[in-house]
Amino acid sequence: MVSIETHNLTVSYNRRPVLWNIDFEIPSGNIVGIIGPNGSGKTTLLKAIMGLVPTSSGYVKIFDKPLDQVRERISYVPQRESVDWDFPASVMDIVLMGRYRKSNLMKRLTKADKDIAAEALEKVNMLEYSNRQISQLSGGQQQRVFIARSLAQGADLYIMDEPFVGVDAATEEAILNLLSDMKKEGKTVVVVHHDLQTAKDYFDWIVLLNTRMVAAGPKEEIFKEKLLQEAYGGKLNVLSKVGDLMKEKAFNVRERN
Amino acid sequence: MNKTFQFLSFSDPNVQFVVIGTMILGATAALVGSFSFLRKRALVGDAIAHSILPGVCLSFMVTGSKNPLYLIIGAFITGWLSLILIDAITRTTKLKSDTSIGIILSVFFGIGILLLTSIQHSGNASQAGLDKFLFGKAASLTRDDIYVFGSIAIVLVILVLVFYKEFKLISFNPEYAKVIGLPVKFLEFLLATITVLAVAVGIQAVGVVLMAALLITPASGARFWTNRLGTMILISTLFGAISGFLGSYISYIAPAMPTGPWIVMCLSLLTVGSIWFAPKTGMLSKFRVQRENQRKILIENVLKLFYHLGERQGQFNSERSFEELHDSRDLKVNELEKGLKLLEKQNWIREKESNWVITNSGLTEAKRVIKLHRLWEMYLNQRLKLQPDHVHNDAEAIEHIITPELEKQLEKELDYPEKDPHESIIPYTE
Repeated sequence: MVSIETHNLTVSYNRRPVLWNIDFEIPSGNIVGIIGPNGSGKTTLLKAIMGLVPTSSGYVKIFDKPLDQVRERISYVPQRESVDWDFPASVMDIVLMGRYRKSNLMKRLTKADKDIAAEALEKVNMLEYSNRQISQLSGGQQQRVFIARSLAQGADLYIMDEPFVGVDAATEEAILNLLSDMKKEGKTVVVVHHDLQTAKDYFDWIVLLNTRMVAAGPKEEIFKEKLLQEAYGGKLNVLSKVGDLMKEKAFNVRERN
Repeated sequence: MNKTFQFLSFSDPNVQFVVIGTMILGATAALVGSFSFLRKRALVGDAIAHSILPGVCLSFMVTGSKNPLYLIIGAFITGWLSLILIDAITRTTKLKSDTSIGIILSVFFGIGILLLTSIQHSGNASQAGLDKFLFGKAASLTRDDIYVFGSIAIVLVILVLVFYKEFKLISFNPEYAKVIGLPVKFLEFLLATITVLAVAVGIQAVGVVLMAALLITPASGARFWTNRLGTMILISTLFGAISGFLGSYISYIAPAMPTGPWIVMCLSLLTVGSIWFAPKTGMLSKFRVQRENQRKILIENVLKLFYHLGERQGQFNSERSFEELHDSRDLKVNELEKGLKLLEKQNWIREKESNWVITNSGLTEAKRVIKLHRLWEMYLNQRLKLQPDHVHNDAEAIEHIITPELEKQLEKELDYPEKDPHESIIPYTE
């Protein structure tokens, strides 16, 4: 089964495309790395998949359905720096957010929700911190709290933005163990990652990105000198000039919107 | 004293209205403002408050009445309009949100003053008192006002309770809420609506100009006392209510004093008090920690004098005169005196015919500090590859902070070295 399909996906900021015609399919049950140099549009791709940024053309399907029909099967682990960790909340408060959904809007969480959250915390070895204030956590612990929150959600597709950035060795190992457990359970995990060195060990499917898609497939097919050179050898000159021009002339990427 | 009794007895119905009214207003603004504070939208509340003035004036011009319900409806409409415009400017132009807030605030307020002036010169007799919206009219709240405010307050409290967990999430991480399919747009709309409502009601007490204080100050003070959201909101609401009470009291015993500004003054005092006196996070507590640190450093440094002198002379328990101690380290006379006094209190030294002798427990403690100093020098030298002449100053500070756990780890990792990088012997106690 296909977990994520993007079809001719183009995303623009101020009309300049930051992703051009991205087109790939990811089969379920894989640990997928989205790899590319800085500014290659990795995070934007994740956000487009989850409907957090508007797309200028193309579409995304998840489990063969439009996003809004399957939202509860998707879980998101945002970049650690994207929130204010000074927020007055305990570790447990944050993980319980993974149990929020449309169906319990306006309702209190149940004991079952709390048990699931505790189990998720245990999976990332953070259960003893459940009453700790989130401002007192280290970077790695914060990352694990975010992952526990997404585990508590009980999804089939996990989308993680740079979970390995700035974490300690213990956290890195905890995340890797989780990834392989998830794979065994048939879940799909999509991870944005910037480090080419470790990518080969972490993932079994790769999407190679640099504002356009360079290649996507099983890692053995992607880790070729020529493809890596293409992705990391800089942006396509004409492509980025056309992008600049579109911004300058306020021109849309499709004739009709 | 008599007046205080009169106030507290609530025998005067006007006192009742004012006290109940200001407490409700203070509490609701503080409750709703907690979320503005957490979402870092403090100034948006100020913009709403200023934008409400034209709404109040327009509503009076249309209905010709000062019925609080009509005025609040007018206030609500322009308050909301300002929010929509701030958002639209930020989204569609290059201008950032602080700029668009500034623009909307001043434009709407300008229009409001314009309308107010024209109403005042229209010769309409019933307009008297409309200008109270600028600085509030808490002292003249009536029974009707209380009914309207009370009902709105109840609605606001119910909404916050019902959507508490969703409001928490969109204040902490709105993107995540979107991804899991919560109706974030609706929730944000709801939160904005109750903010506008709370402001529209609150300006009756303190006026347009001071409203932002009623919204934001209680939450910012409450944040110092707790790390729990629920508790924070409770304290914040309490601050709002207490200030309402105190403000009305002060203006009652001193009739020349305006109620609204005094409410804000009380709020500010509570917040400034929180900044200073809150446990752990307050300034005083931080100063106390600093003082404790300085004390610990002084005690341990003076104790080290005894060890160094003893080490040099091969005799630890001889008597030391004040001059001998003073000559061996760059310490001010009063510092040394204070350090000796503190050490004596700890029984680490004792006085003997105006000289000083280190005790056995004092010697153990001195050895521990010296050991930490030399171990740390060793660590810097071996692990950070620092030259022996670069390690001393660092160790002077670090020796005072290393915990027993770290001490064990250091010993183990360096494998109990005998000498430090300067070839001084590292004293182990057991």
